[in-house]
Amino acid sequence: MSTETPSKIQKILAAGHLAVTSEVGPPRSADGLVIEHKAKLIADYVDGINVTDNQTSVCRVCSLACCIRIKQMGLEPVLQMVTRDRNRIALQSDILGAASFGINNILCLTGDHQHFGDHANAANVFDLDSVQLIATVKMMRDEGRLLGGHEFQVRPQMFIGAACNPFAGPNVALRVARLAKKAAAGVQFTQTQCIYNMNTFKEFMKIMVDRGLHEKVAVLAGITPMKNVGMARYMQKRVPGIDVPDEVVKRIGGVPKEKQAEEGIKLAIEQIQEIKEIPGIKGFHIMAIEWEEKVPEIVKAAGLFPRPN
Amino acid sequence: MRLQYPPDIRIIQVPCTGKVDIIHLLMAFEEGADGVFVAGCLEGDCHFREGNLHAKKRVKRVKEILDKVGLGGDRVEMYNLSAGQGGRFAEIAKEMTARILALGPSPIRIAKGLIVWPGATATGAAGEVTA
Amino acid sequence: MIRAVGKPIEEIIGMVQDFNKLLIAGCDGCVTVCEAGGLKEVKVLAAALRLYFTQAGTSKQIEETSLTRQCDKEYLAQLRDSIDGYDAVVSLACGVGAQFVADMYTKKVVFPGVNTSFMGATEERGWYVERCQGCGQCILAETGGVCPIARCSKRMLNGPCGGSEAGKCEVAPDIPCGWELIYERLKTLGQLDRFEKPVTPKDWTTSRDGGVRKILREDLRV
Repeated sequence: MSTETPSKIQKILAAGHLAVTSEVGPPRSADGLVIEHKAKLIADYVDGINVTDNQTSVCRVCSLACCIRIKQMGLEPVLQMVTRDRNRIALQSDILGAASFGINNILCLTGDHQHFGDHANAANVFDLDSVQLIATVKMMRDEGRLLGGHEFQVRPQMFIGAACNPFAGPNVALRVARLAKKAAAGVQFTQTQCIYNMNTFKEFMKIMVDRGLHEKVAVLAGITPMKNVGMARYMQKRVPGIDVPDEVVKRIGGVPKEKQAEEGIKLAIEQIQEIKEIPGIKGFHIMAIEWEEKVPEIVKAAGLFPRPN
Repeated sequence: MRLQYPPDIRIIQVPCTGKVDIIHLLMAFEEGADGVFVAGCLEGDCHFREGNLHAKKRVKRVKEILDKVGLGGDRVEMYNLSAGQGGRFAEIAKEMTARILALGPSPIRIAKGLIVWPGATATGAAGEVTA
Repeated sequence: MIRAVGKPIEEIIGMVQDFNKLLIAGCDGCVTVCEAGGLKEVKVLAAALRLYFTQAGTSKQIEETSLTRQCDKEYLAQLRDSIDGYDAVVSLACGVGAQFVADMYTKKVVFPGVNTSFMGATEERGWYVERCQGCGQCILAETGGVCPIARCSKRMLNGPCGGSEAGKCEVAPDIPCGWELIYERLKTLGQLDRFEKPVTPKDWTTSRDGGVRKILREDLRV
């Protein structure tokens, strides 16, 4: 039986509702109010707010600081943590730090390689990978123990998540097997990479359900609305692991420039409606990068508002 | 064919330009050569398959070195022609000689106080190709 | 073997500017195999330096040699009688050899003539590929003979990551995804069950992270 935590997301899932999460990107300066503003925009429309962790290796305010702020606003943060920049000492230290502020959700990631970001000449860490980080959080939560053996009483009570990418190589069956490995390590929910190729995603979910994995790991389908055809093309050609079929690029590009954002939102809403029907789906993770103000509209139009208490 | 080409050229015969290595070209310049060209078979026709392709790469590397040591990469060149192209050889010889005359004597010759051609200046020559 | 690439000539010129009697010392070991620091490369470098300094009007004495190896003291000892005749040595050996020269001849300025890169193999002449990171606890038996520490850009033990696409690593399209290679190999060997078990965190104490390393073979030392 999956360990129960005070996580609001876990409670909503346990009650049988579809869960909705979204994410906010921290600023590239010491401005603490940006996160406050973004969180307020989406607060009523989501069950949990992810804060990215130096995403694409671009240095930003750390996820931990932002999650603490969100928690103190009375909202539900999801701490994203990559293993690229911190060794096991720092990772466990930050987990204890987050838990000391009552943060109840963590998303364990390996992290984009630093060549993507603005500090390409940095050393990387990768002391652990995402699977090992998941197992570490589980051990801290369920056994009150650190990797080095130290035992402690006041434990993190975290609902453990991971990313999953049905569209990366080598094949869909292996991506399910990888999620199974994460489940064996302790993962309880996953937020998928953003979906545009419905066929591949449905194939992924079918294998998940056939293996009974959908009951062990709550799948929150990743949705990213397209702002314009430039974004669609960029994601198709330049971002590894994202599969954007030509029909999607054609659809967004097929309307005049000033209508493309609207078309992107429309597509996102249609995707949510279609995915709702797929067996095994437990919710959605809406990634509206630097477009957080659109989240309320999408959640409402997709019939996911109001959120359960 | 009894064609005429400038007398300033010393020919070193090799079985294949693939035998020419970087050190040979550098040694020629150390000894005071003002210019060196490597004449190999047409690409695709090398009698020993790829010898002329290796030579091409080595000439390129020597150009880089000569640029960095103050002699200038233009003093070395790779040419491709077939054994039957006597006319082309004469043409190449005239072309390369004209180029070197314009570049002036090798800085090595000048630094070592070796004989330079009549009317030569450190940068650019007064000589003329007559043939 | 260890793979290296010659330093740019201008960098070496900068290093040796103030020294008049130079020895360019190559190594017949690894750097000869990857054509970066063997006798051939010594001769080319020496000739290039002589050309530079001659046309610059500076007279320098530049001599050439190559040793069987620079990482064994027996061979370095061969320089004992002649080394005092030089102001500086440019070692074209890998970083190991260059340091050993400096260790033995502490009063001599020793410059590195190559950039040492990695432990690798020859894919083809002129194409050398990294294969080992020297982690000190080889796990090739578990990964079908493909090393995830050396061949996964994130040295994951539970790969592939989500950036693996069409068999390529997200870092560059000419880097094969190490974990896809492992997957294909395990499939060929009928060992795909290894994929399902989570691998626990690595003990890095035997790698660079544990501190400067040595191997002491008491069976070989009297």
